[in-house]
Amino acid sequence: MRPLTLSRLLLQCLILAAILFCVMVLALKFGAIHVSLYGLGRDLLRVFLGKTSEVSTEYSLILNLRLPRILLGAFVGASLAIAGTSFQALLRNPLADPYVLGVSSGAALGAIFALLVEPHLALSPEIAAVFTPLGAFVGAAIAITAVYFLGRRDGRIDSSTLLLGGVIVASLLYAVIILLLTTLPSSNFRGMAYWLMGDLSGIPSRPLAWVLRAGFAVAAVVIYTTASDLNLLLSGEKEAMHLGVDVRRIRIVVYLAASALTGLAVAVSGSIGYVGLLVPHVMRMIYGSDHRILLPASAFGGAIAVVFADVLARTIAAPSELPVGAITAIAGAPLFIYLLRRRFA
Amino acid sequence: MTAATKSTSSRGAAEAARATGEPRLSVEQVSYAYAPNPQQAPVFTLEATSFQAKSGEVVAVLGPNASGKSTLLQIISGALQPLSGRVLLNGFVTHQLEHRTRGQRIAMVQQESPLLFPSKAWEFVLQGRHPYGKSLRFESDEDVSIAQNALAQVGAEHLSDRWMDQISGGEKQRVILARALAQQPLLLLLDEPTLHLDIGAQVDLLESLRHLAAENRYTVVVVTHELNLAGEYADQVILLQRGKCLRVGPPSSVYQRDLLEQVFQTQLTVETGASGRPRVNLLPGES
Repeated sequence: MRPLTLSRLLLQCLILAAILFCVMVLALKFGAIHVSLYGLGRDLLRVFLGKTSEVSTEYSLILNLRLPRILLGAFVGASLAIAGTSFQALLRNPLADPYVLGVSSGAALGAIFALLVEPHLALSPEIAAVFTPLGAFVGAAIAITAVYFLGRRDGRIDSSTLLLGGVIVASLLYAVIILLLTTLPSSNFRGMAYWLMGDLSGIPSRPLAWVLRAGFAVAAVVIYTTASDLNLLLSGEKEAMHLGVDVRRIRIVVYLAASALTGLAVAVSGSIGYVGLLVPHVMRMIYGSDHRILLPASAFGGAIAVVFADVLARTIAAPSELPVGAITAIAGAPLFIYLLRRRFA
Repeated sequence: MTAATKSTSSRGAAEAARATGEPRLSVEQVSYAYAPNPQQAPVFTLEATSFQAKSGEVVAVLGPNASGKSTLLQIISGALQPLSGRVLLNGFVTHQLEHRTRGQRIAMVQQESPLLFPSKAWEFVLQGRHPYGKSLRFESDEDVSIAQNALAQVGAEHLSDRWMDQISGGEKQRVILARALAQQPLLLLLDEPTLHLDIGAQVDLLESLRHLAAENRYTVVVVTHELNLAGEYADQVILLQRGKCLRVGPPSSVYQRDLLEQVFQTQLTVETGASGRPRVNLLPGES
């Protein structure tokens, strides 16, 4: 027997953090403008030491534009991967993912609705900053609630019904999104359509960035405190209940927190698919299915995956940029088909 | 009262009950019904049922399909709240116990324990220590030692490093039982644990239960369809039919030919076996 210890958990997190750091540095290097790692390191050190006036213009541009985008990608990837891991355990379905279940579509609809309504409400800047993520959270929470009830049969979650419920909810919400977008002027329509496919180019305002940080910290910590309970839920709700888990409380808390993470991610980056599906599976192959290590590993893995996908999105057709959601979908869809065939073979 | 204080006082009460021979488990007139929808009258799945059991006793719940056996077990476990009556374990109402306290006192082995993702046997058994964990619940050396001991008690130490989806049905049932033992419960509940097991594995499992009940002073309630195994290993038998409790008592008083024939709708004979306990023989072709 070799149960997980705190020191082993921290060591693994440190290794993953180092890999993420390396990927982020490489992501800073690659893009429409190529820069040297030496110059980048030198200017990063200057920024770190507070000597911002000595940073060269070229590097200043990269640090001001590329770095926030990379950090945003890491945030979005981590959020979606944690949400995916949580949904897979709660719904006892290895194919569950915010995108497949229609939760991302719910969040997108909520965000668009908030964006359309906000100009008519004369909100203060602080409230306006949280209005879109709040709309996305409400949309995500409603979507997962609908899918949950559609997927229940005789008081139990049925895997195939759940997935079908997700597909139906996603397609319905997508149709409503398209209807709403057609009411926009054509210039806005193109921007929104691009955002819907997964876009990391929009740098969040300072108040919004704070909302993202605080929301992520609270939701991720809340989910992590339930990690042991999620381990038991893999065996079923009744089993977990007999092992001392307050299943009803865990279900509500994790659904809300995972919806919040999805909502925050979608509000700033649109719908980036398959990260929440692919990353937990890869991490489960490496670290096993103990959520005490799987959740942080998935968070790092999701961050690495989206930052890497964004590098590809920025460089494949440079100087044009592709939507990062298209890259993750091209990589994720074949894996989804593989998992589906293996599960229902 | 905190969960820890409750637990300590409850264990103290258990010791006192053992000394005085008072029942540890007291099922008092419990019934259960559900309504398919709010407009319809409730359908009874279990009518008023009562029995008592001491520590170290094995109680078998028998009856044909849909007789309310599993419902009774769920009520005893505290997972279902009875429509009327109550279940007391050392004086505490089971369905009112806080979740973790309940996990420390009552362990349940269900009909199926499907796993979504594969895990090793030792990981599975360590889950039994969950009700005792704190905050992030990293298992202590004591937890590991208890889990190892639980595996040893069911003769499954050699399975410790095996994957759960790569062991046989009988081996898996032993590991599932070990997880329940790792909970160090007062009450061990088993819902058809012999399902899908061959006859040798069935006898092994019931032998283990009898031995564990005596050694660890568990009160064991087991739902089963195996009349002869129940007759051989149980101290008490509860006979249910279509939600009605027909008879409670030692196997020799419940195993009456006419009663069993009427309940199970088949021709049979009841004789006394070599162990002095009743043995049921089915008469093929005469049902």
